[in-house]
Amino acid sequence: MSTDLTMGTITYVLRGVRPLGGDAVDVVLADGVVAEVAEAGSATAEGATVIEAADHVLLPGLVDLHTHLREPGREDAETVASGTRAAAVGGFTAVHAMANTSPVADTAGVVEQVHRLGQQAGWADVHPVGAVTVGLDGVRLAELGAMADSAARVRVFSDDGKCVHDPILMRRALEYVKAFDGVVAQHAQEPRLTEGAQMNEGVVSAQVGLAGWPAVAEEAIIARDVLLAEHVGSRLHVCHLSTAGSVEIIRWAKSRGIDVTAEVTPHHLILTDDLARTYDPTYKVNPPLRTAADVEAVRQGLADGTIDIVATDHAPHTREDKDCEWGAAAFGMTGLETALSVVQQTMVDTGRLTWSDVARVLSTAPARIGRIEATQGRPIAVGEPANLTLVDPTATRTIDGAAQATSSGNTPFRGHELPGQVVATFLRGRATVLDGAPVAPVDGVVSAP
Amino acid sequence: MRHLLSTADLSKDEAVGLLDTAAQMAATQSREIKKLPTLRGRTVVNLFFEDSTRTRISFETAAKRLSADVINFSAKGSSVSKGESLKDTALTLHAMGADAVVVRHWASGAPYQLAHAGWLDAAVLNAGDGTHMHPTQALLDAYTMRRHLAGRAGGLAAPADDGVGADLAGLRIAIVGDVLHSRVARANVALLHTLGAEVTLVAPPTLVPVGVEAWPCRTSYDLDATLADWRPDAVMMLRVQRERMSGGAGAFFPSPLEYTRYYGLDARRLAQLADHAIVMHPGPMNRGLEISAEAADSDKAVIVEQVANGIAVRMAALYLLMAGDRSAEGNDL
Repeated sequence: MSTDLTMGTITYVLRGVRPLGGDAVDVVLADGVVAEVAEAGSATAEGATVIEAADHVLLPGLVDLHTHLREPGREDAETVASGTRAAAVGGFTAVHAMANTSPVADTAGVVEQVHRLGQQAGWADVHPVGAVTVGLDGVRLAELGAMADSAARVRVFSDDGKCVHDPILMRRALEYVKAFDGVVAQHAQEPRLTEGAQMNEGVVSAQVGLAGWPAVAEEAIIARDVLLAEHVGSRLHVCHLSTAGSVEIIRWAKSRGIDVTAEVTPHHLILTDDLARTYDPTYKVNPPLRTAADVEAVRQGLADGTIDIVATDHAPHTREDKDCEWGAAAFGMTGLETALSVVQQTMVDTGRLTWSDVARVLSTAPARIGRIEATQGRPIAVGEPANLTLVDPTATRTIDGAAQATSSGNTPFRGHELPGQVVATFLRGRATVLDGAPVAPVDGVVSAP
Repeated sequence: MRHLLSTADLSKDEAVGLLDTAAQMAATQSREIKKLPTLRGRTVVNLFFEDSTRTRISFETAAKRLSADVINFSAKGSSVSKGESLKDTALTLHAMGADAVVVRHWASGAPYQLAHAGWLDAAVLNAGDGTHMHPTQALLDAYTMRRHLAGRAGGLAAPADDGVGADLAGLRIAIVGDVLHSRVARANVALLHTLGAEVTLVAPPTLVPVGVEAWPCRTSYDLDATLADWRPDAVMMLRVQRERMSGGAGAFFPSPLEYTRYYGLDARRLAQLADHAIVMHPGPMNRGLEISAEAADSDKAVIVEQVANGIAVRMAALYLLMAGDRSAEGNDL
């Protein structure tokens, strides 16, 4: 094993890996890039660390467009360091940190702080999302230009957790971010239709007596926003869509040539509102878990390309915010460390997506939407940055919230057996995860994205 | 039966058994000495996170008539109002050795969590949770219906023996009013279905929950048609909360007057009821809104009797949960 002190990286030979699930090859990583792609069993590099990885799938490092890192403000739930370590364990090499921190990421100062914390932690590239409105209050535009021009180079703007519901404000935001090729990522939730809402409105909510969050409250905003985006010629990103109707609207909008992209979370690909019958607030999330028909619709939408990406909406919460009545509990569940497994189980093992498609929905497409495609979501080819994820799709693991890298235990998959294991993650050639365990970054080897 | 959380959990045999036990309890209440020694030395905690003087007093009376020690623990004037969590409250009650916890909570599902989270090993009786369930209310309603109506589907003679042993097969029950927010309606629909009765919910469409199509009942927006064409054996009027009318654009109906015009049980509608039909209300009533004074005070009204029956039903529930053989858990009803 040799350490190149100037670049701070080790040379790795990944032996017998299948890039994007294709034929087995050897891949050599050196000096932060992919140095060689050779016939399986043929590659050698002096002093290199060899990872025997026959039948493991090699993917471009995963990119999450929707992560809550909670810092600054709620470091008791998660920090940039703990959240990005969880990201690395989940196979991610870049995350977009949502703006609903305290203080809100609505100024150049806060986004630069979060960006710097990400660099210092060294687990994954952290790209702060800027708030659309000051304090997420939905009244006044935040200084979007200043955030775009800052060292954090913000390109994704969102009031996530709250909806930019005022139509004229949404129009202005969509128009304004065109100046720097930004995108507004909308949390689609009509506020008046969801006052006090606790779960999906339907058969289950009627039985368990929890206030309903109707599908129409999401769909009405998405319908409005795609029409606004068409009118002003802007691009729009729809966060965590969750209903069959939302998929239909996005499909229609794309057929009209509207520049819209959409994401679905892993949990909306697999869990349904039946779980609310347990009154376990682990399953309380926004948008809420929907019906089995909605789950099938979002799987179909992801399979046919209507939905562009999977994003985690990783939302860590402290135990006291979940160990209480459903009505008093916080919305959200963690997802960074289970996302790839859920996509494998629901989409790959069912034959609906190939591993190449997985690379698209979890890396290439989110990198493009976030305008970080120069460094992330790259092809696996000589000379490309070595941001890579190595997955053993034959492994199975039982999820234990307490054993996860995230600081919070609110995983909805506690006790579930899920397929697939991230064996290694490489950030610019440096292993952040080896043998499925995080490898602490060494001081001084962290380079800026 | 370990807990009483939802009427949907009760089998027909369990429900009939509970009503029969209530009948035995009621029989003891006509004696000069009403108190029974059954639960001497046992502790019942009334844990009320939401005001409800009527239900609390009913449970307290029931527990005391069975000689249990009763502790009232209300959100006001206790640590709960200072922010103590449901979990800490449960752990405290566990440490104090409560044998049964009667819980009223603003959050749907809180009694279920108390029973299942492992914080507490006492029997949990749901005394009303959010907009979910109110099982003892439904049981006392069923008990009252059975006394007056068992075997009377189609207008047969009144039951000679208060209907002991009988279910409610074939009876037609109209439940009228704010179904959307009503735990009483949910509890009744489940229990009445189990007991073989037919239910029609009558409400303005704004007060019927989305998803009601999965409930074992019919729904109507027309009270007059339901009374005239369906001929219910009992009409249960639900309380209309004042705040439901004052939500501005979010109000559920235009005005109290309009509500009363279409959904109130006034003298004219009262006169349409079959001779044997009864008028019920879980209380407290809004006289002049969902029910007129003529209806509330008529011979058909059994509203005051419902209150008395509530004590017998709650005695039965406490008895079956606390005095039953714990070694035969799950089938001791």
